[in-house]
Amino acid sequence: MSPDLMDAPAGTTPERQVVMAAVGQAPSAEWVIVTRGLTREYDMGGEIVRALRGVDLAVKRNEYVAIMGPSGSGKSTLMNIVGCLDTPNEGEYWLNGQLVSTMQDDALARVRNKEIGFVFQTFNLLPRASALANVELPLVYAGVPAAERKRRAMEALEKVQLGQRVHHRPNELSGGQRQRVAIARALVNDPSILLADEPTGNLDSNTSEEIMKVFEHLADSGQTVIMVTHEPDIASHARRVVVLRDGRIASDETKAQFAARIGAGPTAH
Amino acid sequence: MPLFEAVRLALQTIRVQKLKSFFTLLGVMIGVMFLIAVVSIVEGMSDYVENDFAAKIIGTNTFDVSRTPSFVTDADDEQWRAWQRRPRLFDPEAEAVRNALPGDFRIARVNQSFLPATVPGLRPRSVQAVATDATYFDIKKFALTAGRAFTQQEVATGARVVVIGSEVASYYYEGLDPVGRELRVAGLPYTIIGVIEEQGSVFGFSMDRLAIAPVTTPLTRAINPRGDIDAITVQAGNRELITEGMELSREALRGFRGLGPSEEDDFALTTSSAALSFFDGLKSKLVLFGTALPAIGLVVGALVIMNIMLVAVSERTREIGVRKALGARRRDIIAQFLVEASTLSIIGAMIGAACGVGLAKLIAAVTPLPASVAPWSLVAALIVGAGVGITAGIYPASRAARLDPIAALRQE
Repeated sequence: MSPDLMDAPAGTTPERQVVMAAVGQAPSAEWVIVTRGLTREYDMGGEIVRALRGVDLAVKRNEYVAIMGPSGSGKSTLMNIVGCLDTPNEGEYWLNGQLVSTMQDDALARVRNKEIGFVFQTFNLLPRASALANVELPLVYAGVPAAERKRRAMEALEKVQLGQRVHHRPNELSGGQRQRVAIARALVNDPSILLADEPTGNLDSNTSEEIMKVFEHLADSGQTVIMVTHEPDIASHARRVVVLRDGRIASDETKAQFAARIGAGPTAH
Repeated sequence: MPLFEAVRLALQTIRVQKLKSFFTLLGVMIGVMFLIAVVSIVEGMSDYVENDFAAKIIGTNTFDVSRTPSFVTDADDEQWRAWQRRPRLFDPEAEAVRNALPGDFRIARVNQSFLPATVPGLRPRSVQAVATDATYFDIKKFALTAGRAFTQQEVATGARVVVIGSEVASYYYEGLDPVGRELRVAGLPYTIIGVIEEQGSVFGFSMDRLAIAPVTTPLTRAINPRGDIDAITVQAGNRELITEGMELSREALRGFRGLGPSEEDDFALTTSSAALSFFDGLKSKLVLFGTALPAIGLVVGALVIMNIMLVAVSERTREIGVRKALGARRRDIIAQFLVEASTLSIIGAMIGAACGVGLAKLIAAVTPLPASVAPWSLVAALIVGAGVGITAGIYPASRAARLDPIAALRQE
């Protein structure tokens, strides 16, 4: 990509413009995520696996984006980098105005704590801690005093309709309830993005719908949501669908475009 | 993560795995228990020596003039042979010392040995036989429960009288008044004229199996066949006068024996402080050996904790991944495992300290060994506990902190 593409012709999308802006230039405040030419390679016993081969992605505040792709497409790698658990070999990653692609371990931990709320497929709650203690955990690492921690954790649990079950341990909760605890934990630090990795992968379809409603509600109330999934009917809940293939973005469409292309409806897959 | 949170988390983990935690801290517990017990008993002995032993065995503000030092920590064969070549002490030497010292010094010739004593019809029993001067009772501050002590006139005339300890009295004359009755010591009869109040025991040796007779009786030769004197015990009026008294005695003896200025003393002067320094030497050895064994227990305890923490790290890999994803830094993870290891071993050390105090008291109760729990040893036990935990926790904690969060989250 050449620098003079800054003067991109009319008709290109704002996403295209912000990605094509000069390397090293901080995006304006409306952009939560901007990646420029992300590449990530792994050395698997002498064989170089190129998981990402130049991913350009821009996400605005309040967007609800699904990232799709078959296994091996690089969506997990992209999620790890977007979630600041991994860093790219090349390319830039701007998260909420900070260049995180060059950050080291402890700085990344801080960014994960402040900017990202993780929701995992397997919930990843601490089994021996109550729902409340699980939700408090990010606040513990943020150094929030105990009383305020409790107040904010209670608030987050009430947001996901679990205000009555705060002292239950994960094994005393249903799958849907566990995932809602995880969502409360992800939201408690008021992150820039909610990053969900196959959030319904371990749930039955009714519970999946229930969780999707929670996501929808969050998106409606202004939370930026990035959801990685391989199920088109789950992806179609998002308002924008990005499909990865072979470490590159294969398509980047609105919900309507995506639905039209795959033949619409949850039965498509 | 604040320390308080880390400790709370550690306590919670420990509470969930009670039995496992108990076995984990067993090593530290046992180590600290024996450490406290040993230190308490050594402390107790040293308290005892400082407060009781020195006064009972040697007497307050006293020094002994004798052929060889009374307390010897280390001497080679050559030294012993040199001591054996020294001339023995006899009455004229005692007389020379007596003449050299002002009147407010008390002087007693003392010979003592264990000899058989008996009364007709009873089995002989070994008693601590002492042949001495009348001043001995004042020096030793002996109080009498019956009869009287002998006088210096009786010493001068060689009266065949004896003052006995309370245990001797109760053994031979249970329920009777022994005064006026007869006691045979080393085969010869003595008339009992007094009974000394109970003295108790020192390290399990009864101080009440006494039979004290004038130094001029045949008891002296029963103890020392050559008729020489074991020691001349001198008591100064107060502590400050001891040094002066020792110098005067040394001059008198050197003069009496005609020693030239270049010649060394051919006798020894021993004070109770010599006895104390003798015991200090003994004490440091006891502490060294007594703590070496529990220290091995602590090393084993540390290894057990390290092992358990390594298991905990691999069992909780996923938890570590989650914590890292939620914003835990390396130092947070390190702190968590270090605090957990230290909490375990401090709890072990506290239980061990409590058991150690109990053990020390038990030993003091059922054996003649005294025990005194030093507060510093309890503080030291806790520091040792924390130290063991931190040492044992460093390697597992740093392994946990180095885990890659992506791999850790993927772990089943």
